[in-house]
Amino acid sequence: MLGGIVHFATVLLLPSMATQDAYSRLAPMTPVNAVTAIAPPSPEKAVMPFMDPAFAWSVCRYDLSEGPLKFSVPVSQAYTSVSFYTRTEVPYYAINDRAAGRRMIELDLMTTEQRNELPENEEITAADRLIVESPTTTGLIVIKSLAPEPGLLQAARSALASARCSSVT
Amino acid sequence: MRLLLGSLFALAIAAAVGLGTTWLALTQGMAYGGVSIGAWTAWPKSGTPGIDPYARAVVARSGELPVGSGDGVAFYARNDDEGRPLDGRCDVVLSGITPQARYWTMTLYDSEGHLVANSVQRHGLTSQEIIRRADGSFEIMIGSRARPGNWLPTGGIERYVLVLRLYDTPVGVATRSGRDAPMPTITKRACS
Repeated sequence: MLGGIVHFATVLLLPSMATQDAYSRLAPMTPVNAVTAIAPPSPEKAVMPFMDPAFAWSVCRYDLSEGPLKFSVPVSQAYTSVSFYTRTEVPYYAINDRAAGRRMIELDLMTTEQRNELPENEEITAADRLIVESPTTTGLIVIKSLAPEPGLLQAARSALASARCSSVT
Repeated sequence: MRLLLGSLFALAIAAAVGLGTTWLALTQGMAYGGVSIGAWTAWPKSGTPGIDPYARAVVARSGELPVGSGDGVAFYARNDDEGRPLDGRCDVVLSGITPQARYWTMTLYDSEGHLVANSVQRHGLTSQEIIRRADGSFEIMIGSRARPGNWLPTGGIERYVLVLRLYDTPVGVATRSGRDAPMPTITKRACS
């Protein structure tokens, strides 16, 4: 029984103690609240395991402690997705260009507290803008653009070059 | 004194059992909570905030990022339809159709999730670039020797993992069987 407790304790503690999780790997190569292109995976070197090589990857490592974040990326020819992860890589939201329905994917990222602090009239205009709530103050926005053929990878990378992530304050 | 030694002994056993089973669970990749269709398994809940503690620990330890459910679903195969481990020295054929998705990619990795070096530096295929039959079905030859048609090189590696990722797809946490999500068959042919 005690063995079971130790087992569950280690499983539950692991995410907060991990040093090789995706966030820790990305931290040294990404400034906070800005979009950084991530090197494509190769047999010799990859930032993370199991990266899909058919995509160009960019990351906005975010920190909402100073306030909400504005994010935007133009919709690409093939397929673009934006995925949100907490500090311990829990995927809490993801959207792709079809679900976005317009030429740009645009959204505001904020904590629940920040959303509750939005002035009343702002909540009304917020009805036509996408607000994503982050369960944690820090985390990752991962932007991926598909290259349907290997020769289109450069175009996919260029599509991500216009991605923007910046603190509102 | 004996009571103290006995208690310490019991604690040591508990710690060993606890840590040992954690290590086993994380490295053997327990198929806890997954949906298996043929040789393929997916953990759609891992793309949601409901991701279970084991999957979270695997993710924290490996450094990978699970595919968010609004993005897609990843199916993994480490064995063929007969349950034999996928061996890059043999010829393996993927045949059939995939579940509905705007796009999909099929990627080959080693057991740790690294891409495998090969003569043409090809690591995967996408739904757009493969050659299909008139009815939309396809065959992908996976092996160390080049083949006409759809060929995914293995670089001769002994063990590999195939990851089929469906993007913008109705497949997800509600998927239960091949009726909702028809997956290609995985058949081993000759070994060199």
